[in-house]
Amino acid sequence: MKHTISVLVENHFGVLARVAGLFSARGFNIDSLAVGETDDPTVSRMTIVAHGDDRVVEQIMKQLNKLIDVIKVVDLTQEDMIDRELVIAKVSANAANRGEIIQIVNTFRAKIVDVNPKSLAIEVTGGEGKVDAMLELLRPFGLIEVVRTGLVALSRQSELTAPPKQAPAKSKAAKHGKEEVVSS
Amino acid sequence: MKLTGAQIMIQCLEKEGVDYVFGLPGGAILPTFDALYDSKLKFILVRHEQGATHMADGYARATGRPGVCMVTSGPGATNTVTGLATAYMDSAPIVCITGQVATTAIGSDAFQEADVVGVTRSVTKHNFLIKNVEEIAQTVKQAFYIASTGRPGPVLIDFPVDVSRAEAEFHYPTDVYIRSYQPVTQGNPVQIKKAAEMIMASKRPCLYVGGGAVGSGAQKEIFELVEKTGIPITTTVLGLGIFPEDHPSSLRMLGMHGTHYANYSVQGSDVLIAVGARFDDRVTGKIDLFAPHAKIVHIDIDPASISKTVRVDVPVVGDIKEILQELNQLVKDKRGEMRPWLDQIEEWKKKHPLKYDQSGSEIRQQYVIDMIGEVTQHKAVVTTGVGQHQMWTAQWYKFSAPRSMITSGGLGTMGFGFPAAIGAKLGRPNEPVICIDGDGSFQMTMCELATAVYYKIPVKLFIMDNSHHGMVRQWQELFYRRRYSGSQLGPSNPDFCKLAEGFGAVGIRVTEKDQVVPAIEKALACEGPVVVQCVVAKEDNVYPMVPAGHALDQVMDMA
Repeated sequence: MKHTISVLVENHFGVLARVAGLFSARGFNIDSLAVGETDDPTVSRMTIVAHGDDRVVEQIMKQLNKLIDVIKVVDLTQEDMIDRELVIAKVSANAANRGEIIQIVNTFRAKIVDVNPKSLAIEVTGGEGKVDAMLELLRPFGLIEVVRTGLVALSRQSELTAPPKQAPAKSKAAKHGKEEVVSS
Repeated sequence: MKLTGAQIMIQCLEKEGVDYVFGLPGGAILPTFDALYDSKLKFILVRHEQGATHMADGYARATGRPGVCMVTSGPGATNTVTGLATAYMDSAPIVCITGQVATTAIGSDAFQEADVVGVTRSVTKHNFLIKNVEEIAQTVKQAFYIASTGRPGPVLIDFPVDVSRAEAEFHYPTDVYIRSYQPVTQGNPVQIKKAAEMIMASKRPCLYVGGGAVGSGAQKEIFELVEKTGIPITTTVLGLGIFPEDHPSSLRMLGMHGTHYANYSVQGSDVLIAVGARFDDRVTGKIDLFAPHAKIVHIDIDPASISKTVRVDVPVVGDIKEILQELNQLVKDKRGEMRPWLDQIEEWKKKHPLKYDQSGSEIRQQYVIDMIGEVTQHKAVVTTGVGQHQMWTAQWYKFSAPRSMITSGGLGTMGFGFPAAIGAKLGRPNEPVICIDGDGSFQMTMCELATAVYYKIPVKLFIMDNSHHGMVRQWQELFYRRRYSGSQLGPSNPDFCKLAEGFGAVGIRVTEKDQVVPAIEKALACEGPVVVQCVVAKEDNVYPMVPAGHALDQVMDMA
């Protein structure tokens, strides 16, 4: 079964390699991975679509959690989530069939972002089902090139946020957290 | 006053209470070695960087404190990979500092450059590349914290040479907070209660204890749990010593070369209590047939170990020592209701004791190890290589104290034993440290004899010289129609006594049975490092044995 996993990570160099490396090292299957900075510039959010049985996904979650740079992990599949993917498709088009393609584009509330005599570039955003359905309809015209961002997703109900980078003021760590200045 | 990055690095190590640094210098780490020259840290110069990591590992396992090694960039760093992987598999805390080319040269294929953070990512708990002199103190603090807390493991710090030359004020943080790393120590009380109820309701319980209990320092709590309830206990190879093996409740080691009665007890149990163990395939045998009637309680610091290979019924995540302290208050004596179970186990013990044939004229490794145990009263710190001698050490030394069996269990790294013994001896200078090694294993890191001799580190090395990669030979005998492909060492083995003498150590050769005990006594009485070459039976097999892919109770034994 497919799972959509949301991961908050430290926005360091090398974190993507740690996450990707974990999947290859442990033989987990990864369908897509999208990553970008969050509103907090010290934190990035990854949306990973992976598949496997419950046991495999449980291990994926635990192993992700174990990475030192991973702040939080949640499996959005169990929640009511909003998931979207952006796709740009370049489709063969000529004067004869351009109208037909535009009709499909309108039906899917997609956008034409480039037109030239031999092709159209179409931008579509949506969940996996919508995107796949539209690509199927466009395929007979000739799909020249397709690029997909991979899914990004958020939960409708719950929030996944990172705690502050520094120790919270009330915690023990902060109480004793004064730096010792060593004179030499 | 400003210090150089190199000086800051060394002062950080001093602040962390490090006493020994194992390593080997080179271009990119030279500024740090220059700072080390002024330090009170004791430096042990190794002959190969792999040795440095195993020494740091041996030190860590013998003491419970992180071991530290420091090497140069490129080949120096890549030579540490096996040692890091060994420590990672067995959860040993190590901090490894590797020199790196200047930040401005990284990525340019500079001289002695390797992408060490990339290469070691999958064999460390975490690794760092320090890009700024201001980050050094915080990074070192975090490195020691990560290495030694939660499930311990090796941490690598890649330290570019220009950062080590740059200057900054030195402030060593007294505390550390990493928002993305908050290991759980306290067990969930609800889970502990569930575990206690399951244990109390059981008729045929069995404890299965691994290296995590040693790491947590839970020997008292384990002992109390067994004494209080009477539940029989088996340990993994890394758990050896957590519970005295001469105790009537001890089932000794389980697994591929475990005792019949340990394996039968696990297979027959109705509740299996796994403590700091991870259901390794060498322990479980065929996983689908493992402990088929048992509900499983699993107490472990690492959530990812829970239900990884074997489905667990009651997981308790946290520090084993703390959890057992609470669990022990909830359990009672079960000896009465377990009587038929304990009687059954006694019967297995009587019917299938560990044994070896003492009749022949050849020296058996089992005998040598048995005698080393006797002479040292089962109280020495013992390290091993990997193979037959390792399994026989596990079976015959009869460990009585935790942190006394230091061996590469997970990765199975041949060559681990001798450098690990050097590290262990420096960590515990007042106790005898013995390395029981194979002729194959020893030759992988034997250059460290020079280190032991130079620093006068009195480790006692017993080479079980059977002229073979014995375990490989055993598998070839049993499963590959005696086609001994690549397993014979005999014709090309060096003269180990001359080799020892060449290095400046004492060499003793033992070829007759009656020389064994005197040689052990002599080796222990000598001041410096001693190499005892025991010429043992060439073709001998470790039994009992559960062939790979078989259930734990499908045991092969000697005729």
